[in-house]
Amino acid sequence: MGVKHIIGISDWKVGRGDDVLVTYALGSCIGTCLYDRTTGIAGLSHIMLPDSTAIIDGHTTRMKFADTALPDMLDRMKAMGASPMAIKAKIAGGAVMFQTANSRFNIGERNIEAVKAALMKLRIPIIAEDVGLNYGRTMTFWAENGAVEISSTVMGKKMI
Amino acid sequence: MSIGKYEDLSDIQIDVLREVGNIGSGNATTALSSMVGKMIDIQVPSVKVLGFNEAIDEVGGAEKIIAGILIRINGDVDGMIMFLFEQNLISLIVQTFFGSAPQDILSLNEAEMSALNEMGNIMAGSYVNAISQLAGMTIDVEPPMMTIDMLGAIMSVPAIEMGEMGDQLLFIDNNMVIDNTSIQSKMLLLPTIDSLDHLLGKLGVA
Repeated sequence: MGVKHIIGISDWKVGRGDDVLVTYALGSCIGTCLYDRTTGIAGLSHIMLPDSTAIIDGHTTRMKFADTALPDMLDRMKAMGASPMAIKAKIAGGAVMFQTANSRFNIGERNIEAVKAALMKLRIPIIAEDVGLNYGRTMTFWAENGAVEISSTVMGKKMI
Repeated sequence: MSIGKYEDLSDIQIDVLREVGNIGSGNATTALSSMVGKMIDIQVPSVKVLGFNEAIDEVGGAEKIIAGILIRINGDVDGMIMFLFEQNLISLIVQTFFGSAPQDILSLNEAEMSALNEMGNIMAGSYVNAISQLAGMTIDVEPPMMTIDMLGAIMSVPAIEMGEMGDQLLFIDNNMVIDNTSIQSKMLLLPTIDSLDHLLGKLGVA
């Protein structure tokens, strides 16, 4: 039996085989699934913020930011035996939960850009995405085959 | 002493914040009560300093469907007020305005949504007025914004904005009770860490 890994806000976890990775209710945060089809090694990260360099408080976790969480998770997957060249990404989230005229608060958009930039830097292609708009998403990721389900209150369930 | 992290708050400061919540939410509840013509009580507020995931579990769980009304506040206190309204409170408010309750929370029409939004606006104004008078402060209230979605997605907004400098949220949490039935609808006051210092200073417990 595989393990069901629940990934909270500013967290990431890895799995393999018939493990299932789930992150609930992504709002403006981003869920990033990394998957190596050749070894079945999978990782799911739930970031809150784009950029760790703006943060001066040294106590905060690296798992919170796009620019630190994704390289760390990739390193863990490599240590487990994943092949970096084979890894592909699926991303979801980055919604604007409350519409506002003030773009200062559009963190969803900034998160999407930051995750895409971090993946490009790691040379990981994005093969599917469900980002932006104005609703929350739960992401379920099966390590067995790399399938990702997005469920939301407005759109129901869909596979990406 | 300046508060660098929410967990640095002393017991006395927590008590003072609880009283702030008590006065603010008492006033907001009176406004709600007179609008809907029902007796509404509030339970004694609690001041919570929790990690993001614990905070979401504490207010109902990530996938719970709820109406969130967010009101940003600024001036002598910066941060936000978040109302989390459950089905039974939404039904009560909608029924008051339109005569019939909605089928379910996901099928509200535009007029019903805007009535709820206005209710949030009135309650936030009452909440903030009470705090302002308490400490001789000026606090501005921005227009309310509302969405109906998963609680975790709604709470990601304060988590992101308040959590930039740390990994915890501070909120003053009030449960409302209508006709002796707990309805689990909540009023949260979430001050930023910077304005917390200012607020506690004004109240003489900095």
